[in-house]
Amino acid sequence: MASLVGSRVERKEDTRFLQGKGRYTADINIANQTYAVFVRSPHARAKIKSVDTSKALKSSGVVGVLTGKEIAEDKIGGLIAGWAIRSEDGSEMKVPANPPLAKDLANFVGEPIAVVFAETLDEAKEGAEKVKVDYKVLKAVVDPAEAMKSDAIHDGVDKNLCYDWLLGDRKAVDEAFSKADKIIKVDLINNRLVPNAMEPRACVVDYNTASEEITLYTTSQNPHLSRLVMSAFGGVAPENKLRVVAPDVGGGFGSKINVYNEEIVCSWASKKIERPIKWVAERTESFLTDTHGRDHVTHAELAVTNDGKFLGFKNETIANLGAYARVFGTVTPTYLFGPCATGVYVIPAAYSNVKAVYTNTAPVDAYRGAGRPEATYTIERLVEKAAMELGMDKTEIRMKNFPTQFPFKQTLVHTVDSGDYVAGLEKAKQMADYAGFEARRKKSEANGKLRGIGVSSYFEACGIAPSAAVMSLGCGVGLWESAEVRFNPTGQISVFTGAHSHGQSHDTTFAQIAADELGVPMENIDVVHGDTDKGTFGMGTYGSRSLTVGGIAIVNACKKIVAKGKRVAAKMLEVNEDEIEFKDGEFVALKSNKKKTIGEVAFACYLPGQRDEMKSPIPEGDEPGLIESSFFDPANFSFPAGSHICEVEIDPDTGNVKVEKYTAVDDFGRIVNPMIVEGQVHGGIAQGIGQALHENTQYDETGQLMTASYMDYTMPRADNFPEFNLGFTCTHATSNPLGVKGCGEAGAIASPPTVMNAVIDALGGQEISMPATAEKVWKACKSMKKSNAKAA
Amino acid sequence: MKSFNYHAPKDVKDASKLASSSSAFLAGGMTTIPSMKLGLASYKDVIDIKNIKKLSGIKVSGKTVTIGATTKHVEVATSKDVKKAIPALAKLAGNIGDAQVRNRGTIGGSISNNDPSACYPSACMALNAVIHTNKRKIDAEKFFTGMFETALKSGELVEAVEFQIPEKADYQKHPNPASRYAIIGVFVAKHKKDVNVAVTGAKSCVYIDKDLSKKLSSSFSVSAIEGSEVKSSGMNSDMHASAEYRANLVSLYAKKAVEAC
Repeated sequence: MASLVGSRVERKEDTRFLQGKGRYTADINIANQTYAVFVRSPHARAKIKSVDTSKALKSSGVVGVLTGKEIAEDKIGGLIAGWAIRSEDGSEMKVPANPPLAKDLANFVGEPIAVVFAETLDEAKEGAEKVKVDYKVLKAVVDPAEAMKSDAIHDGVDKNLCYDWLLGDRKAVDEAFSKADKIIKVDLINNRLVPNAMEPRACVVDYNTASEEITLYTTSQNPHLSRLVMSAFGGVAPENKLRVVAPDVGGGFGSKINVYNEEIVCSWASKKIERPIKWVAERTESFLTDTHGRDHVTHAELAVTNDGKFLGFKNETIANLGAYARVFGTVTPTYLFGPCATGVYVIPAAYSNVKAVYTNTAPVDAYRGAGRPEATYTIERLVEKAAMELGMDKTEIRMKNFPTQFPFKQTLVHTVDSGDYVAGLEKAKQMADYAGFEARRKKSEANGKLRGIGVSSYFEACGIAPSAAVMSLGCGVGLWESAEVRFNPTGQISVFTGAHSHGQSHDTTFAQIAADELGVPMENIDVVHGDTDKGTFGMGTYGSRSLTVGGIAIVNACKKIVAKGKRVAAKMLEVNEDEIEFKDGEFVALKSNKKKTIGEVAFACYLPGQRDEMKSPIPEGDEPGLIESSFFDPANFSFPAGSHICEVEIDPDTGNVKVEKYTAVDDFGRIVNPMIVEGQVHGGIAQGIGQALHENTQYDETGQLMTASYMDYTMPRADNFPEFNLGFTCTHATSNPLGVKGCGEAGAIASPPTVMNAVIDALGGQEISMPATAEKVWKACKSMKKSNAKAA
Repeated sequence: MKSFNYHAPKDVKDASKLASSSSAFLAGGMTTIPSMKLGLASYKDVIDIKNIKKLSGIKVSGKTVTIGATTKHVEVATSKDVKKAIPALAKLAGNIGDAQVRNRGTIGGSISNNDPSACYPSACMALNAVIHTNKRKIDAEKFFTGMFETALKSGELVEAVEFQIPEKADYQKHPNPASRYAIIGVFVAKHKKDVNVAVTGAKSCVYIDKDLSKKLSSSFSVSAIEGSEVKSSGMNSDMHASAEYRANLVSLYAKKAVEAC
């Protein structure tokens, strides 16, 4: 039987998605449901003097109004930061309380203050307009670079500083810098991004008064984790009385990791008002309250020798957490950022210092790549600038500093198990026709255009798991993944996974690997996810971990099925177990060549008794049934890597930047479904180009979000992209039996510096910040003309 | 959205009878509906004029193209008659918003709303359009009076727009990358006697750039306006584009338009 792993199997989920049959949270309606509308702070920072709900309560159709006062009285816990990060001086990070409904202080525009439940959505909206909140507006802290000099917005958080974290050795870095021929410096802003999942957040809550069980349907990347957090920290219900279902979810990108205010409030309230509740975010609410991404201000330096060897690296970053620290908020700018900031290079000495600050803006958390795009942007801008200042070829300087031995002990944290960075960059150069660039540049020049080429080589640490590692770095939970494989008596198989698919195509990929393990057609396999009542447990999907952690749990559970099947088949075929071979879905007795299919064996597992001639097939000591589960906790992260090359053409009259060519060569280890992987890379690159050229989240000085709709927030569109030219190299990961590395984030990690390096190359080295919008580029072109005129 | 009375009259007379200070005419609804949804506007009566047959359609005579108020952008963009008579107008309509907007948005709605960055007002100005309402005929230059302001009185409804067919014309737009409205748009029309250069997006209301128009009237060529400085004073400056950048674009796109004619 041909292996399904490695083949371009069409997506099983496309049938329902393309026919409009997806079932999303907003599609779910419960009889007798009420509609929730939240009253949100219009101010970025304000004291809440009073909340008057009397008029709202009298409003037509209103069933109930609840505020921060009631939720505090019921001792419902708030939102949490999932990782404890310590400052350089050893002190604990400062985390303010984040109540689900703000009671005394509002800290960002959109923060929920109260909630109104009504018979219809319109009545709920009317009611919400009648809730009178008396605010005393305070001066907002908006700019992260100024936050440490501003008023403290949270009690007990001096200078608005959550932590002042250091990774690495300042002294060693100083020494390395003292030996350098040249110090390359960059000042960078990693622009804040709004995740903009196609499906806005939503929840539907159904409280069963008889069983006292709450069922929460929600837009989550990790339903089990949501249940754990809501139970352990929210105190909403005991875990066994809380069922969390995340049905089809239309994109997450990190913004649906968190348990949000609305989910906690509606779950708590459903029990209180004894009615089901439905809440669906409007797009503006998504802009204002989904966790945002990035938002770093960085100064970084690279110490180099004249022949292009890297000696040392330093990184001083201010990371904006927004108003509160959320689940991955504190780790994204530290352990997901700092260790990767030395990139794919041998750099003997390095440190990353990150000051995370609170501001009166939407909370910032993981967003596709989480920390690693910021890291890659930092080092790859430095490397490109080093090449320029040293007059070296930009690929040569990279090759010169790549490690050649694996495992590669990276400067700060990671030991990278496998990779071949030289092969990746060589392949990218060839695919991009790097050598032919100068001719293309001249052609553009003849047409009055500026052409630039940019390179970036990246590695990233993903497959976010190894519990031993992440817990030692401050994670509040272990990050293993679980699976259960149920072989039903009639031969169909249900594979339960704790990972969650919201665009990742698990229905297909996981069925491919299970089909290979069990030797059955993948049509016989259903992948079940997204419901805490189905399957064992799970930590969910983020950090490119579904396949590298969750997929392996499936492989291991399948192996247990086969192991038991062998014992049963041996008894059925009346041979010893070691005389049985399992191949292509059949258990074969090697000597007699008698065989039983895995389906026959599965059926037999459910018929343990004796009748007439038929004997029990269950060996002594085994139980009936054919169901196995596995928890997988790998020994290490996985480390995808690669090199991307981009060419842009700039129209100096308008400043328009056109991405002319984009080549990506990635090493994701073994690839299960090339078509799906290419889709993931396409999406990641698109998001990265969005960050580099288009997306620009802007708050004004009072903390109002200026870009709170698609009228003002530029999402990249299909006509902004050329056809992506993708290639792969392959070195297997050694930390899992499939040798897979994870592919979900790489595109978004590698592409922003690749594009910006190309833009800056076209501008003759003039640095500009992301997003490189037409006007910014036009201004740079003007000053280039001026300086050229001067030089002439 | 607040509740309202929905009306769908069959003729203009009934529509006009229903109009009051708390009513709105609804054509494509491309601005009215979002405004109502966002709570920026609310009306007691919404008067849907899409069922009024005589308000839709395209007529070409020897010298003019007349487009009914509820004619959709897609109809103008794909009309063989418009493409033949004033190709620049079809091109303009074909680049408004996106396919969804073009399939619903109407010319009457666009000009009555007079968004400072809408495309159609520039065509009206450059093509010496006459706006036909249920009460009177208004010259384009008197119709667009300010930001989201027109000469329309309460209850007055645009019925059609009559464009003068030029010898040559072209429309060039620098779209806002987010909304794809015009950061600036320049409509250049060469008529028998003179040339009009109408600019949208740059200021609070569409206008004729007199200097460029005059120079092109005496010699219709790129070289006639080469080096002409477009002043940035009075131009919009916002997070999408500064006044200085807009001024640069107006001068650049005027040349592009002349070149394309």
